[in-house]
Amino acid sequence: MTEYSPLLSVKGLGVEFRTRRGVARVLDDVGFELHRGQTLGVVGESGCGKSVTALAVMQLISQPPGRITGGEVRFDGRDLLQFSESEMRRVRGNRISMIFQEPMTSLNPAYTVGDQIAEAVRLHEGLSKAASLARAVEMLDAVGIPAAAQRLHEYPHQFSGGMRQRVMIAMALACKPDVLIADEPTTALDVTVQAQIFDLIADMRERTGTAVMLITHDMGAIAEMADRVVVMYAGRIVEAGAVRDILSAPQHPYTRGLIACAPGRRTVAPGQPLEEIPGTVPSLLERDAGCLFANRCAKVMPRCRAELPPVTTQAGGHQVACWLNQETSA
Amino acid sequence: MAVTVPSPTPTVEAMSPWLEAWRVFRSNKAAMLGLVILSVIVLTMSFGPSLYGVAPFDIAGAPFTPPFTEPSVWLGTDYLGRDVLAGVLVGGRATVLVGLAAATVAVTIGVSIGALAGYFGGWVDTALSRVTELFQVLPALLFAMVLVTLFTPSLTVVIFAIGIVAWTGTARLARAEFMRLRHLEYANAARAIGAGPLRLMLREILPNALPPLIVSATLIVGSAILFEAGLSFLGLSDANVMSWGLMIGSNRRNILECWWAVTFPGAAIFLTVLAVSLIGDGLNDAFNPKLHLR
Amino acid sequence: MTTDTLLSVRDLKVHFPVGGGLFGARKVVKAVDGVSFDVRRGRTFGIVGESGSGKSTTALAVMRLAKITGGAVQLGQAPISHLEGEALRRERRRFQMVFQDPYASLNPRKRAGDAILDALNLMDVGEPAGRVDRARELFLQTGLRPEQLQLFPHQFSGGQRQRIVLARALAARPELVVCDEPVSALDVAIQAQMLNLMMRLQREFGLTYLFISHDLGVVRHLCDEVAVMYLGVIVEQAPRDALFAQPLHPYTRALWSAAPSFDPDAARLPLRRPLPLRHRRVPHHRARAQKGGFGPPHRLPPSER
Repeated sequence: MTEYSPLLSVKGLGVEFRTRRGVARVLDDVGFELHRGQTLGVVGESGCGKSVTALAVMQLISQPPGRITGGEVRFDGRDLLQFSESEMRRVRGNRISMIFQEPMTSLNPAYTVGDQIAEAVRLHEGLSKAASLARAVEMLDAVGIPAAAQRLHEYPHQFSGGMRQRVMIAMALACKPDVLIADEPTTALDVTVQAQIFDLIADMRERTGTAVMLITHDMGAIAEMADRVVVMYAGRIVEAGAVRDILSAPQHPYTRGLIACAPGRRTVAPGQPLEEIPGTVPSLLERDAGCLFANRCAKVMPRCRAELPPVTTQAGGHQVACWLNQETSA
Repeated sequence: MAVTVPSPTPTVEAMSPWLEAWRVFRSNKAAMLGLVILSVIVLTMSFGPSLYGVAPFDIAGAPFTPPFTEPSVWLGTDYLGRDVLAGVLVGGRATVLVGLAAATVAVTIGVSIGALAGYFGGWVDTALSRVTELFQVLPALLFAMVLVTLFTPSLTVVIFAIGIVAWTGTARLARAEFMRLRHLEYANAARAIGAGPLRLMLREILPNALPPLIVSATLIVGSAILFEAGLSFLGLSDANVMSWGLMIGSNRRNILECWWAVTFPGAAIFLTVLAVSLIGDGLNDAFNPKLHLR
Repeated sequence: MTTDTLLSVRDLKVHFPVGGGLFGARKVVKAVDGVSFDVRRGRTFGIVGESGSGKSTTALAVMRLAKITGGAVQLGQAPISHLEGEALRRERRRFQMVFQDPYASLNPRKRAGDAILDALNLMDVGEPAGRVDRARELFLQTGLRPEQLQLFPHQFSGGQRQRIVLARALAARPELVVCDEPVSALDVAIQAQMLNLMMRLQREFGLTYLFISHDLGVVRHLCDEVAVMYLGVIVEQAPRDALFAQPLHPYTRALWSAAPSFDPDAARLPLRRPLPLRHRRVPHHRARAQKGGFGPPHRLPPSER
């Protein structure tokens, strides 16, 4: 593998879900690249397909009702979509790890925290029981859990929310994964705990070169953690680029709206109306032709409702899918 | 709003959670079969006896007439020469009535005790939970038998005897539901607009606790029917009221010579309980939409 | 207390017994332990803090939904912390609440319109005949359509449900609206809609908000005065601009610095060690707070570390 080829590259990924009321197209032509030691931020409102993207990469979409309709997920040169379930099991947790929003549901309440981390290590590295337990202590210590050797023998419910999330991260990092997928890892946590978790992930990334895919709805978290950003809306990527470009010069009206509507920035005076994105995320069941954001867009043009805007690439790999952009650049 | 949204505003119809549950229930074939069977049984026992016109205690023919041999006593006669068909038609009334009434008694006691324990918590909960446990460890059939023998066996006594031994499960369920629901924000929201405890329990919490309670009530109906049959079989029910249990009980000594006098009421009990539990299963699925793809 | 003070809270304490049962030793959690503040009419008073700080319990105590262990809460001239029964019920028209979780704060088996009508009926607002019209009016004011009154909660989105909750809170034309994290369960884009609506309604009806939040951005945007709570006590309180420009208490500073900024180049103070949460106290702050006679507006001096 050369330095320049991406560690994880997703192309044209599509996912559908069958529901009682029809087929919902939850991912449509999603593509991005993730390089070693890089953090890719994935932002959007709930229901925009952020989490499904992560689950599709991990091959954790239950089929049925879900179905991957096309595309490829190339990891280290091989397409994960072609992997069998047993091959995938060797990748999951070992080379690609995932942490979820609600740590309590992802830890087994019946086993001690130490047993769970040790088992993960044992499964993936074939260490002895003693060696894997020693490794578990090491990991708990690394994620900043005080008195790790004693807490090893405690059960998940004996940990606070922040501590549990640390345990999850310890477990995710125990096998030194190449890719860490963090799905809203701090949404349920206090800001001070969030800050510590972010520090931890950043630290890990620097030391082991782990690539991070951070899924969040919080532009602040993106600003702090990400190198590159992908903005998703209704299952499609509407804008992608370097974090600085996206935050300082957003091109897509949706990205602009997401940044502008967040309170507490210095650009809007306290007490003044915040910018709004009117309406809500459209139903994925009845897709119109054209841009999916058209119904909420303040700058909508007739063309937007008729045709899907193509992706244009600008300097620095800043990509936008918007007719507005086409008009100006043409 | 600053911007008017050009999105279409579809007229949505109000869809009550009960209506939604009914739609799921309706699409459940087994549950609908149960409902059809039960409807047929109820219709038959309501109108069957008067249409058939034979009294169940009357001697209608020679004793031990086998079924399908005499057109006048189509299902045969028992050891006293009583018409089995007449008994099956009318015997369901007592059985199903006792089943429903006993379940009502059990659910009323259970929900009241469970609701109070769950809503108030603390020492109220401790006291009521001990009482519930006491009733739970009593051997149900024996206790019901003692109750019935203490008083003259009549349908009312049987109903209460069954009701008193069958409420504990409902109480525990209601307690758990009330405990969970009283902490939800909408209970607090109701308190914030000045709702008192009674209104909170009846209007806010109970409707939301009902689904699992309804499911458990249907199961109690089924077991109460079996219970009534059991008591009648032991001769501990009203001897002047024909019921399926009484038919089986009075003919049990002649079971070899006269299998039909036991088999037909037995099959009727089986069908009724089956129908009730099919409905219960269907309700359970209908109230737990998470089990279904939305 | 000045004349334009609407809500005045003095030395409020809410203690919960935990454990206990038959054999366990009874312990007491001091969720709120001596909190005092004044909220001026027509203004927004914010309380920020993290989980376990006691900010939500303070809100519930002010609403008389949590049992008050000690202290006084006064709304205008009415000592609401000491009212009971019918007197409390009558007074409830004047203070209402918007809850955190729009999925839990509406009874799923009750139509949206009935949620509003129940509020109007229970608090005996206006003539019974005019209540349906009032419900329609409230729906329009909160950006909903009157024909949606007949729908059930599950037929609304999260943002719409929170509008219903707000409409219910405004039903009796209250003076004070206690908002416990009203937008934290909503998506950012919907959050802005809701915050704008709340600000507009405040201007139109002269509402006073007691606003509880963990989100510093939201608090900074909405609140005129802000109190920072930590482990059951207020550690710092000041007008918004002063507090955000120059936080004095070390905890406030830690909180401010932990919040991510929108500037990718901004550096955060590294926060390696977890802050002590629950059951551990910073005693001298509290002692100082009580000795100093908690008369708002006030500011605690920075602790000498």
